[in-house]
Amino acid sequence: MAVTVVFIGKLADLAGQGEREVTAPLEWADLAGVLGEDLASALDNDRTKIAVNGAVLADKRSLRAQDGDEVALLPPVSGG
Amino acid sequence: MARDVQLLEKGFSPGKALGLFAKAHPLSGGIASFVGKVRPDGDVKVLELVSYEHLTLPGMETLANMVEGRWPLDGLLIHHRTGYLRPGAAIVLVAAAARHRRDAFEAVDFAMDHLKSRSWFWKREKRSDGWHWIEPREQDHEDASRWDI
Repeated sequence: MAVTVVFIGKLADLAGQGEREVTAPLEWADLAGVLGEDLASALDNDRTKIAVNGAVLADKRSLRAQDGDEVALLPPVSGG
Repeated sequence: MARDVQLLEKGFSPGKALGLFAKAHPLSGGIASFVGKVRPDGDVKVLELVSYEHLTLPGMETLANMVEGRWPLDGLLIHHRTGYLRPGAAIVLVAAAARHRRDAFEAVDFAMDHLKSRSWFWKREKRSDGWHWIEPREQDHEDASRWDI
């Protein structure tokens, strides 16, 4: 079963796609293996955030996504 | 209080939207507004504003809640574009109708500072050498910190 990972902004460029289905469950420690080193190091930036189903995680390292969840990887906003 | 918060995928006329807003609030003593446009400078050919459906519009609604909590308004309008924009095109219109002008001015100023620094938008510009992502501006964060947010 799957978790949908959505890449926003320049993270979509790094990923080479806008979203990807990955195997559930998905935790912080899984990300480097699942997404590759480039994306994992971008995620290490304190200003890169993670949202699950539209709720931004206060501590992204607590990520624990289940089947059917949408995980969005959010680079720093550039402002409207 | 009447609220009109929209995320727009196509070009819009700030003048027309403001006219309708004014018409909807005939009893307000004042209406303040701000229009933000794509600056026609450098060799920027296109600006793309990226939004995320689960955060961007909900975040604008949360901002509207904050504005309404701080100032006594008769009406609040926040229209923001997403997608591809040409230089000179309108990005954002914020308008506040209030009994007194100070509330309307401050509400719009606050909403704009918040939109520029805390809202869920990502921007990239197409120049002659290709696309470039826009990094956050320090000035925008300083502007927002004026309000304790």
